[in-house]
Amino acid sequence: MKPAPFNYIKPSSIGDALAALGEHPEAVLLAGGQSLLPMLNMRLVAPSHVIDIGALPAMNEVSIADGWLRMGALLRHCDLAASPTVAEAAPLLQAAARHIGHPAIRNRGTIGGSLALADPAAELPACLLALGGRLVIEGLDGERVVEAAAFFTGTFETALRRDEILRAVEVPVLAPKYRSEFHELARRLGDYALVGLAAHGQIDNGGVHDLRLAFFAVGDKPALAVAAARSLEGKSLSEANIAAAVALLADDIHPIGQPGYGERTKLHHCGVLVKRALSRMAA
Amino acid sequence: MEPMIDIQTSVNGANLSARVPARQTLVDFLRYHLELTGSHVGCEHGSCGACTIRLDGDIVRGCLVLAAQADGAAVETIEGLSDSGELADLQATFHARNALQCGYCTPGMLLTAQALLADNPAPSREEIRAYISGNYCRCTGYQAIVDAIESVAAARRGVIS
Ligand SMILES: Cc1cc2nc3c(=O)[nH]c(=O)nc-3n(C[C@H](O)[C@H](O)[C@H](O)COP(=O)(O)OP(=O)(O)OC[C@H]3O[C@@H](n4cnc5c(N)ncnc54)[C@H](O)[C@@H]3O)c2cc1C
Ligand code: FES
Ligand code: FES
Repeated sequence: MKPAPFNYIKPSSIGDALAALGEHPEAVLLAGGQSLLPMLNMRLVAPSHVIDIGALPAMNEVSIADGWLRMGALLRHCDLAASPTVAEAAPLLQAAARHIGHPAIRNRGTIGGSLALADPAAELPACLLALGGRLVIEGLDGERVVEAAAFFTGTFETALRRDEILRAVEVPVLAPKYRSEFHELARRLGDYALVGLAAHGQIDNGGVHDLRLAFFAVGDKPALAVAAARSLEGKSLSEANIAAAVALLADDIHPIGQPGYGERTKLHHCGVLVKRALSRMAA
Repeated sequence: MEPMIDIQTSVNGANLSARVPARQTLVDFLRYHLELTGSHVGCEHGSCGACTIRLDGDIVRGCLVLAAQADGAAVETIEGLSDSGELADLQATFHARNALQCGYCTPGMLLTAQALLADNPAPSREEIRAYISGNYCRCTGYQAIVDAIESVAAARRGVIS
Protein backbone atom coordinates (compact mmCIF):
# COMPACT_ATOMS: atom_id res chain seq x y z
CA MET A 1 0.00 0.00 0.00
CA LYS A 2 0.96 3.66 -0.20
CA PRO A 3 1.05 6.13 2.69
CA ALA A 4 -1.79 8.56 3.31
CA PRO A 5 -0.82 12.17 2.45
CA PHE A 6 1.37 14.04 4.92
CA ASN A 7 3.55 17.12 5.01
CA TYR A 8 7.32 16.66 5.10
CA ILE A 9 9.56 18.87 7.21
CA LYS A 10 13.34 18.65 7.32
CA PRO A 11 14.62 20.76 10.23
CA SER A 12 18.28 21.75 10.28
CA SER A 13 18.75 21.68 14.05
CA ILE A 14 17.40 19.71 16.97
CA GLY A 15 15.85 22.94 18.30
CA ASP A 16 13.89 23.40 15.05
CA ALA A 17 12.83 19.75 15.18
CA LEU A 18 11.54 20.16 18.74
CA ALA A 19 9.71 23.34 17.76
CA ALA A 20 8.05 21.54 14.83
CA LEU A 21 7.04 18.66 17.13
CA GLY A 22 5.50 21.17 19.54
CA GLU A 23 3.67 22.99 16.78
CA HIS A 24 2.13 19.88 15.15
CA PRO A 25 0.49 17.52 17.65
CA GLU A 26 -0.12 14.90 14.94
CA ALA A 27 3.48 14.84 13.67
CA VAL A 28 5.94 11.91 13.84
CA LEU A 29 9.72 11.84 13.76
CA LEU A 30 11.50 10.04 10.93
CA ALA A 31 15.03 8.72 11.59
CA GLY A 32 16.12 5.73 9.47
CA GLY A 33 12.54 4.98 8.48
CA GLN A 34 13.00 1.20 8.67
CA SER A 35 10.04 0.87 11.02
CA LEU A 36 8.17 4.09 10.27
CA LEU A 37 8.01 3.58 6.47
CA PRO A 38 6.39 0.12 6.78
CA MET A 39 3.89 1.63 9.24
CA LEU A 40 3.18 4.52 6.86
CA ASN A 41 2.92 2.24 3.82
CA MET A 42 0.48 -0.02 5.64
CA ARG A 43 -1.36 3.04 6.97
CA LEU A 44 -0.95 1.89 10.54
CA VAL A 45 -0.07 5.53 11.15
CA ALA A 46 -1.31 8.57 9.24
CA PRO A 47 0.51 11.61 10.66
CA SER A 48 -0.17 15.20 9.61
CA HIS A 49 3.58 15.86 9.34
CA VAL A 50 6.69 13.73 9.04
CA ILE A 51 9.66 15.47 10.64
CA ASP A 52 12.84 14.09 9.09
CA ILE A 53 15.62 14.20 11.70
CA GLY A 54 17.76 11.72 9.74
CA ALA A 55 20.30 14.31 8.62
CA LEU A 56 20.60 16.38 11.81
CA PRO A 57 24.25 17.23 12.43
CA ALA A 58 26.41 15.65 15.15
CA MET A 59 23.86 13.04 16.11
CA ASN A 60 25.60 9.90 14.86
CA GLU A 61 28.88 10.16 16.72
CA VAL A 62 30.56 7.59 18.92
CA SER A 63 32.68 8.87 21.82
CA ILE A 64 33.97 7.91 25.24
CA ALA A 65 33.95 10.22 28.28
CA ASP A 66 34.06 9.61 32.05
CA GLY A 67 33.77 5.85 31.68
CA TRP A 68 30.72 6.00 29.43
CA LEU A 69 30.42 5.08 25.77
CA ARG A 70 28.11 7.57 24.10
CA MET A 71 26.36 6.90 20.79
CA GLY A 72 24.31 9.51 18.96
CA ALA A 73 20.71 8.43 18.33
CA LEU A 74 21.22 8.54 14.56
CA LEU A 75 24.07 6.00 14.59
CA ARG A 76 23.07 3.39 12.00
CA HIS A 77 23.03 -0.31 12.86
CA CYS A 78 25.74 -0.94 10.21
CA ASP A 79 28.02 1.68 11.79
CA LEU A 80 27.34 0.30 15.27
CA ALA A 81 28.39 -3.13 14.01
CA ALA A 82 31.53 -1.77 12.34
CA SER A 83 32.77 0.69 14.99
CA PRO A 84 36.08 -0.36 16.58
CA THR A 85 35.27 1.87 19.59
CA VAL A 86 31.99 0.04 20.18
CA ALA A 87 33.72 -3.33 19.65
CA GLU A 88 36.10 -2.52 22.48
CA ALA A 89 33.84 -0.65 24.89
CA ALA A 90 30.57 -2.54 24.39
CA PRO A 91 31.07 -5.79 22.43
CA LEU A 92 27.51 -6.84 23.37
CA LEU A 93 26.07 -4.05 21.20
CA GLN A 94 28.25 -5.03 18.30
CA ALA A 95 27.21 -8.68 18.53
CA ALA A 96 23.55 -7.66 18.73
CA ALA A 97 23.67 -5.25 15.79
CA ARG A 98 24.53 -8.11 13.44
CA HIS A 99 21.22 -9.79 14.29
CA ILE A 100 19.06 -6.82 13.29
CA GLY A 101 17.26 -7.46 10.01
CA HIS A 102 19.36 -7.62 6.84
CA PRO A 103 22.26 -5.56 5.43
CA ALA A 104 19.96 -3.16 3.54
CA ILE A 105 17.93 -2.55 6.73
CA ARG A 106 21.05 -2.02 8.83
CA ASN A 107 22.29 0.54 6.29
CA ARG A 108 19.40 2.86 7.28
CA GLY A 109 18.02 1.84 10.69
CA THR A 110 19.35 3.71 13.73
CA ILE A 111 20.04 2.87 17.36
CA GLY A 112 17.76 5.71 18.48
CA GLY A 113 14.91 4.51 16.27
CA SER A 114 15.17 1.00 17.65
CA LEU A 115 15.12 2.20 21.25
CA ALA A 116 12.39 4.81 20.74
CA LEU A 117 10.21 2.24 18.98
CA ALA A 118 10.70 -0.38 21.76
CA ASP A 119 9.57 -3.41 19.80
CA PRO A 120 9.41 -6.22 22.39
CA ALA A 121 11.35 -8.49 19.98
CA ALA A 122 14.12 -5.95 19.29
CA GLU A 123 17.71 -6.72 20.26
CA LEU A 124 19.04 -3.34 21.38
CA PRO A 125 16.59 -2.57 24.23
CA ALA A 126 17.59 -5.83 25.98
CA CYS A 127 21.29 -5.02 25.52
CA LEU A 128 20.79 -1.62 27.13
CA LEU A 129 19.09 -3.27 30.08
CA ALA A 130 21.87 -5.85 30.44
CA LEU A 131 24.56 -3.16 30.32
CA GLY A 132 22.78 -0.76 32.68
CA GLY A 133 22.63 1.92 30.00
CA ARG A 134 20.86 5.27 30.00
CA LEU A 135 19.12 7.47 27.45
CA VAL A 136 19.72 11.15 26.88
CA ILE A 137 16.47 12.85 25.97
CA GLU A 138 16.03 16.38 24.69
CA GLY A 139 12.91 18.48 25.10
CA LEU A 140 12.08 22.14 24.64
CA ASP A 141 12.84 22.73 28.32
CA GLY A 142 16.22 20.98 28.23
CA GLU A 143 17.82 17.60 28.60
CA ARG A 144 16.99 14.71 30.91
CA VAL A 145 18.58 11.32 31.41
CA VAL A 146 16.55 8.15 31.94
CA GLU A 147 17.92 4.77 33.05
CA ALA A 148 17.22 1.92 30.62
CA ALA A 149 15.35 0.05 33.37
CA ALA A 150 12.85 2.94 33.60
CA PHE A 151 12.74 3.75 29.87
CA PHE A 152 11.02 0.68 28.46
CA THR A 153 7.48 0.68 29.83
CA GLY A 154 5.53 -1.68 27.55
CA THR A 155 4.90 -2.90 24.00
CA PHE A 156 6.07 -0.03 21.77
CA GLU A 157 5.92 2.18 24.88
CA THR A 158 8.72 4.17 26.49
CA ALA A 159 9.29 7.07 28.86
CA LEU A 160 9.72 9.38 25.82
CA ARG A 161 7.06 12.07 25.66
CA ARG A 162 5.68 12.84 22.26
CA ASP A 163 7.32 16.27 22.19
CA GLU A 164 10.81 14.92 23.01
CA ILE A 165 13.69 13.58 20.92
CA LEU A 166 16.06 10.80 21.94
CA ARG A 167 19.44 12.39 21.44
CA ALA A 168 21.99 9.82 22.55
CA VAL A 169 22.48 6.51 24.28
CA GLU A 170 25.14 5.78 26.88
CA VAL A 171 26.48 2.55 28.34
CA PRO A 172 29.31 2.04 30.85
CA VAL A 173 32.61 1.20 29.13
CA LEU A 174 33.39 -2.50 29.51
CA ALA A 175 35.04 -2.88 32.92
CA PRO A 176 37.94 -5.28 33.62
CA LYS A 177 37.01 -8.97 33.53
CA TYR A 178 33.47 -8.30 32.31
CA ARG A 179 32.21 -10.48 29.48
CA SER A 180 29.13 -10.39 27.28
CA GLU A 181 27.25 -13.01 25.34
CA PHE A 182 24.45 -12.45 22.83
CA HIS A 183 22.25 -15.30 21.65
CA GLU A 184 18.99 -15.38 19.74
CA LEU A 185 16.70 -17.92 18.14
CA ALA A 186 14.92 -16.92 14.94
CA ARG A 187 13.15 -19.00 12.31
CA ARG A 188 15.25 -17.50 9.53
CA LEU A 189 18.32 -15.28 9.50
CA GLY A 190 17.40 -11.64 9.91
CA ASP A 191 13.93 -12.35 11.21
CA TYR A 192 12.79 -10.87 14.47
CA ALA A 193 13.75 -13.13 17.36
CA LEU A 194 11.51 -15.90 18.66
CA VAL A 195 13.42 -15.38 21.88
CA GLY A 196 16.79 -13.83 22.70
CA LEU A 197 19.23 -13.21 25.53
CA ALA A 198 21.76 -10.49 26.25
CA ALA A 199 24.06 -11.63 29.08
CA HIS A 200 26.69 -9.55 30.84
CA GLY A 201 28.77 -10.17 33.94
CA GLN A 202 32.19 -10.32 35.54
CA ILE A 203 34.24 -13.50 35.68
CA ASP A 204 36.77 -13.32 38.50
CA ASN A 205 38.59 -15.93 40.56
CA GLY A 206 36.56 -18.67 38.91
CA GLY A 207 33.26 -17.09 39.97
CA VAL A 208 30.68 -14.91 38.24
CA HIS A 209 29.67 -11.55 39.66
CA ASP A 210 27.08 -8.90 38.90
CA LEU A 211 25.49 -11.13 36.28
CA ARG A 212 22.64 -9.73 34.22
CA LEU A 213 20.44 -11.88 32.00
CA ALA A 214 18.18 -9.71 29.83
CA PHE A 215 15.65 -11.53 27.67
CA PHE A 216 13.77 -10.12 24.70
CA ALA A 217 10.75 -11.34 22.72
CA VAL A 218 9.40 -12.89 25.93
CA GLY A 219 6.81 -10.30 26.96
CA ASP A 220 5.79 -6.69 26.48
CA LYS A 221 9.33 -5.38 27.15
CA PRO A 222 12.83 -6.71 27.79
CA ALA A 223 13.04 -8.54 31.12
CA LEU A 224 15.87 -9.25 33.56
CA ALA A 225 15.97 -12.73 35.08
CA VAL A 226 16.83 -11.47 38.55
CA ALA A 227 16.49 -14.63 40.66
CA ALA A 228 18.41 -16.81 38.21
CA ALA A 229 21.24 -14.29 37.97
CA ARG A 230 21.42 -13.73 41.75
CA SER A 231 21.59 -17.47 42.39
CA LEU A 232 24.94 -17.53 40.60
CA GLU A 233 26.57 -14.60 42.42
CA GLY A 234 30.12 -15.55 43.37
CA LYS A 235 29.70 -19.10 42.12
CA SER A 236 31.54 -20.96 39.39
CA LEU A 237 29.73 -21.44 36.09
CA SER A 238 29.69 -25.21 36.47
CA GLU A 239 27.11 -27.28 34.66
CA ALA A 240 25.28 -27.94 37.94
CA ASN A 241 25.20 -24.27 38.95
CA ILE A 242 23.95 -23.23 35.53
CA ALA A 243 21.24 -25.91 35.63
CA ALA A 244 20.11 -24.68 39.07
CA ALA A 245 19.87 -21.12 37.72
CA VAL A 246 17.91 -22.30 34.67
CA ALA A 247 15.42 -23.98 37.03
CA LEU A 248 14.73 -20.55 38.57
CA LEU A 249 13.85 -18.93 35.23
CA ALA A 250 10.19 -19.87 35.63
CA ASP A 251 10.05 -17.48 38.64
CA ASP A 252 11.65 -14.65 36.67
CA ILE A 253 10.25 -14.87 33.17
CA HIS A 254 6.62 -15.29 32.23
CA PRO A 255 6.77 -15.55 28.46
CA ILE A 256 3.79 -14.67 26.34
CA GLY A 257 3.21 -17.42 23.80
CA GLN A 258 2.38 -16.89 20.16
CA PRO A 259 0.54 -19.15 17.70
CA GLY A 260 2.57 -22.31 17.20
CA TYR A 261 5.02 -21.29 19.91
CA GLY A 262 3.62 -21.75 23.41
CA GLU A 263 4.82 -20.33 26.73
CA ARG A 264 6.40 -23.59 27.88
CA THR A 265 8.46 -24.00 24.72
CA LYS A 266 9.55 -20.39 24.97
CA LEU A 267 10.57 -20.82 28.60
CA HIS A 268 12.49 -23.95 27.66
CA HIS A 269 14.29 -21.99 24.94
CA CYS A 270 15.17 -19.28 27.49
CA GLY A 271 16.93 -22.02 29.46
CA VAL A 272 18.74 -23.24 26.36
CA LEU A 273 20.02 -19.72 25.68
CA VAL A 274 21.18 -19.30 29.29
CA LYS A 275 23.13 -22.56 29.07
CA ARG A 276 24.72 -21.51 25.79
CA ALA A 277 25.63 -18.05 27.02
CA LEU A 278 27.00 -19.05 30.42
CA SER A 279 28.97 -22.04 29.21
CA ARG A 280 30.69 -19.75 26.70
CA MET A 281 31.29 -17.12 29.36
CA ALA A 282 32.93 -19.78 31.52
CA ALA A 283 35.20 -20.97 28.70
CA MET B 1 -4.17 19.13 -1.59
CA GLU B 2 -1.22 16.77 -2.01
CA PRO B 3 1.85 18.24 -0.27
CA MET B 4 4.76 18.40 -2.73
CA ILE B 5 8.52 18.64 -2.12
CA ASP B 6 11.26 19.86 -4.46
CA ILE B 7 14.29 17.63 -4.63
CA GLN B 8 17.62 17.58 -6.40
CA THR B 9 19.26 14.25 -6.79
CA SER B 10 21.63 12.31 -8.96
CA VAL B 11 20.22 9.16 -10.53
CA ASN B 12 22.70 6.86 -12.25
CA GLY B 13 25.07 9.79 -12.56
CA ALA B 14 22.62 12.29 -14.05
CA ASN B 15 21.64 15.31 -11.92
CA LEU B 16 17.97 16.13 -11.90
CA SER B 17 15.40 18.29 -10.14
CA ALA B 18 11.89 17.11 -9.51
CA ARG B 19 8.75 18.00 -7.58
CA VAL B 20 7.53 14.89 -5.76
CA PRO B 21 4.58 14.08 -3.49
CA ALA B 22 5.86 14.15 0.11
CA ARG B 23 4.52 10.66 0.66
CA GLN B 24 6.06 9.09 -2.45
CA THR B 25 8.62 6.35 -1.84
CA LEU B 26 11.92 6.51 -3.68
CA VAL B 27 11.23 3.32 -5.65
CA ASP B 28 7.87 4.69 -6.83
CA PHE B 29 9.57 7.92 -7.88
CA LEU B 30 12.10 5.91 -9.91
CA ARG B 31 9.43 3.74 -11.49
CA TYR B 32 6.64 6.23 -12.16
CA HIS B 33 8.45 9.52 -12.60
CA LEU B 34 11.67 8.35 -14.26
CA GLU B 35 10.25 5.13 -15.77
CA LEU B 36 13.16 3.15 -14.37
CA THR B 37 11.14 0.00 -13.83
CA GLY B 38 14.06 -2.35 -13.21
CA SER B 39 13.68 -1.89 -9.45
CA HIS B 40 10.68 -4.00 -8.53
CA VAL B 41 8.05 -3.59 -5.86
CA GLY B 42 6.90 -6.68 -3.99
CA CYS B 43 5.79 -6.15 -0.42
CA GLU B 44 6.19 -2.40 0.24
CA HIS B 45 7.19 -3.05 3.82
CA GLY B 46 10.82 -4.02 3.70
CA SER B 47 10.52 -7.80 3.68
CA CYS B 48 11.23 -8.97 0.13
CA GLY B 49 14.19 -6.96 -1.17
CA ALA B 50 12.82 -6.68 -4.74
CA CYS B 51 13.14 -2.87 -4.49
CA THR B 52 16.85 -2.86 -3.55
CA ILE B 53 18.72 0.19 -4.88
CA ARG B 54 21.87 2.05 -3.91
CA LEU B 55 21.70 5.30 -2.00
CA ASP B 56 25.01 7.12 -1.48
CA GLY B 57 26.81 3.85 -2.15
CA ASP B 58 24.83 1.66 0.28
CA ILE B 59 22.16 -0.86 -0.67
CA VAL B 60 18.78 0.14 0.78
CA ARG B 61 15.11 -0.74 0.41
CA GLY B 62 13.62 1.62 -2.17
CA CYS B 63 10.22 1.15 -0.54
CA LEU B 64 11.52 2.27 2.88
CA VAL B 65 13.00 5.59 1.75
CA LEU B 66 10.93 8.62 0.78
CA ALA B 67 11.82 10.31 -2.49
CA ALA B 68 12.09 13.48 -0.36
CA GLN B 69 14.89 11.83 1.64
CA ALA B 70 16.92 11.41 -1.55
CA ASP B 71 17.34 15.18 -1.83
CA GLY B 72 21.07 15.80 -2.24
CA ALA B 73 21.84 12.10 -2.49
CA ALA B 74 23.19 9.84 -5.22
CA VAL B 75 20.86 7.06 -6.32
CA GLU B 76 21.96 4.07 -8.39
CA THR B 77 19.63 1.49 -9.87
CA ILE B 78 19.95 -1.76 -11.77
CA GLU B 79 19.70 0.23 -15.03
CA GLY B 80 22.77 2.33 -14.23
CA LEU B 81 24.80 -0.53 -12.80
CA SER B 82 23.90 -2.69 -15.77
CA ASP B 83 24.86 -0.02 -18.32
CA SER B 84 28.16 0.72 -16.60
CA GLY B 85 29.15 -2.95 -16.80
CA GLU B 86 29.76 -3.14 -13.05
CA LEU B 87 27.50 -6.17 -12.73
CA ALA B 88 28.33 -7.81 -16.07
CA ASP B 89 30.03 -10.90 -14.60
CA LEU B 90 27.28 -11.39 -12.03
CA GLN B 91 24.60 -11.06 -14.72
CA ALA B 92 26.34 -13.51 -17.07
CA THR B 93 26.88 -16.02 -14.27
CA PHE B 94 23.29 -15.75 -12.96
CA HIS B 95 22.23 -16.54 -16.54
CA ALA B 96 24.69 -19.40 -16.98
CA ARG B 97 23.86 -20.97 -13.62
CA ASN B 98 20.06 -20.67 -13.92
CA ALA B 99 20.00 -18.32 -10.96
CA LEU B 100 16.86 -16.63 -12.25
CA GLN B 101 13.55 -17.85 -13.55
CA CYS B 102 10.83 -15.17 -13.54
CA GLY B 103 13.43 -12.50 -12.81
CA TYR B 104 11.37 -10.59 -10.29
CA CYS B 105 13.96 -10.82 -7.52
CA THR B 106 16.97 -10.57 -9.83
CA PRO B 107 17.75 -6.82 -9.82
CA GLY B 108 17.65 -6.76 -6.01
CA MET B 109 19.61 -9.99 -5.80
CA LEU B 110 22.34 -8.63 -8.12
CA LEU B 111 22.74 -5.40 -6.12
CA THR B 112 22.86 -7.34 -2.88
CA ALA B 113 25.40 -9.81 -4.27
CA GLN B 114 27.58 -6.93 -5.46
CA ALA B 115 27.45 -5.33 -1.99
CA LEU B 116 28.40 -8.65 -0.40
CA LEU B 117 31.41 -9.10 -2.69
CA ALA B 118 32.57 -5.56 -1.95
CA ASP B 119 32.43 -6.32 1.82
CA ASN B 120 33.75 -9.83 1.62
CA PRO B 121 35.53 -11.03 -1.54
CA ALA B 122 35.72 -14.64 -0.33
CA PRO B 123 32.38 -15.45 1.32
CA SER B 124 31.48 -18.99 2.39
CA ARG B 125 28.14 -20.39 1.17
CA GLU B 126 26.82 -19.77 4.67
CA GLU B 127 27.90 -16.12 4.50
CA ILE B 128 26.30 -15.74 1.07
CA ARG B 129 23.03 -17.12 2.44
CA ALA B 130 23.21 -14.77 5.43
CA TYR B 131 23.81 -11.72 3.25
CA ILE B 132 20.97 -12.46 0.80
CA SER B 133 18.61 -13.47 3.62
CA GLY B 134 16.61 -10.28 3.07
CA ASN B 135 16.01 -10.96 -0.63
CA TYR B 136 13.19 -13.36 -1.36
CA CYS B 137 13.17 -15.54 -4.45
CA ARG B 138 9.99 -17.52 -5.04
CA CYS B 139 11.33 -19.46 -8.03
CA THR B 140 14.85 -20.81 -7.80
CA GLY B 141 15.12 -22.26 -4.32
CA TYR B 142 18.27 -20.12 -3.83
CA GLN B 143 20.73 -22.96 -4.48
CA ALA B 144 21.57 -21.69 -7.99
CA ILE B 145 21.84 -18.10 -6.73
CA VAL B 146 24.35 -19.14 -4.09
CA ASP B 147 26.24 -21.13 -6.76
CA ALA B 148 26.38 -18.10 -9.06
CA ILE B 149 27.58 -15.70 -6.36
CA GLU B 150 30.16 -18.21 -5.14
CA SER B 151 31.53 -18.68 -8.64
CA VAL B 152 31.73 -14.92 -9.37
CA ALA B 153 33.56 -14.43 -6.08
CA ALA B 154 36.07 -17.11 -7.10
CA ALA B 155 36.48 -15.70 -10.60
CA ARG B 156 37.05 -12.16 -9.28
CA ARG B 157 39.75 -13.53 -7.00
CA GLY B 158 41.31 -15.22 -10.01
CA VAL B 159 40.40 -18.71 -8.87
CA ILE B 160 39.11 -20.94 -11.68
CA SER B 161 36.08 -22.95 -10.50
C1 LIG C 1 12.56 -6.42 7.08
C2 LIG C 1 12.89 -5.79 8.40
C3 LIG C 1 13.49 -6.54 9.39
C4 LIG C 1 13.79 -5.97 10.62
N1 LIG C 1 14.34 -6.76 11.58
C5 LIG C 1 14.62 -6.23 12.80
C6 LIG C 1 15.18 -7.02 13.83
O1 LIG C 1 15.46 -8.22 13.66
N2 LIG C 1 15.42 -6.42 15.04
C7 LIG C 1 15.14 -5.10 15.26
O2 LIG C 1 15.37 -4.61 16.36
N3 LIG C 1 14.62 -4.33 14.30
C8 LIG C 1 14.36 -4.86 13.08
N4 LIG C 1 13.82 -4.04 12.11
C9 LIG C 1 13.55 -2.61 12.43
C10 LIG C 1 14.80 -1.78 12.32
O3 LIG C 1 15.74 -2.15 13.29
C11 LIG C 1 14.55 -0.29 12.49
O4 LIG C 1 15.70 0.31 12.01
C12 LIG C 1 14.38 0.24 13.89
O5 LIG C 1 13.38 -0.45 14.56
C13 LIG C 1 13.96 1.69 13.87
O6 LIG C 1 15.01 2.54 13.56
P1 LIG C 1 14.82 3.67 12.45
O7 LIG C 1 15.97 4.58 12.60
O8 LIG C 1 14.62 3.04 11.16
O9 LIG C 1 13.53 4.42 13.00
P2 LIG C 1 12.25 5.01 12.23
O10 LIG C 1 11.57 3.96 11.46
O11 LIG C 1 12.62 6.26 11.53
O12 LIG C 1 11.38 5.40 13.52
C14 LIG C 1 10.81 4.40 14.34
C15 LIG C 1 10.00 5.09 15.46
O13 LIG C 1 10.86 5.71 16.41
C16 LIG C 1 10.65 7.12 16.45
N5 LIG C 1 11.98 7.73 16.53
C17 LIG C 1 13.04 7.45 15.71
N6 LIG C 1 14.13 8.11 16.11
C18 LIG C 1 13.77 8.83 17.21
C19 LIG C 1 14.47 9.72 18.08
N7 LIG C 1 15.78 9.97 17.92
N8 LIG C 1 13.78 10.29 19.11
C20 LIG C 1 12.46 10.01 19.29
N9 LIG C 1 11.76 9.18 18.50
C21 LIG C 1 12.39 8.59 17.47
C22 LIG C 1 9.89 7.46 15.18
O14 LIG C 1 9.06 8.57 15.37
C23 LIG C 1 9.09 6.19 14.95
O15 LIG C 1 7.92 6.19 15.71
C24 LIG C 1 13.51 -4.59 10.86
C25 LIG C 1 12.94 -3.81 9.87
C26 LIG C 1 12.62 -4.39 8.64
C27 LIG C 1 11.97 -3.55 7.60
S1 FES D 1 9.09 -3.92 -2.00
FE1 FES D 1 10.64 -3.11 -0.77
S2 FES D 1 11.27 -4.79 0.38
FE2 FES D 1 9.56 -5.60 -0.68
S1 FES E 1 13.51 -15.71 -10.15
FE1 FES E 1 11.40 -15.53 -9.70
S2 FES E 1 11.47 -14.62 -7.75
FE2 FES E 1 13.53 -15.10 -8.06
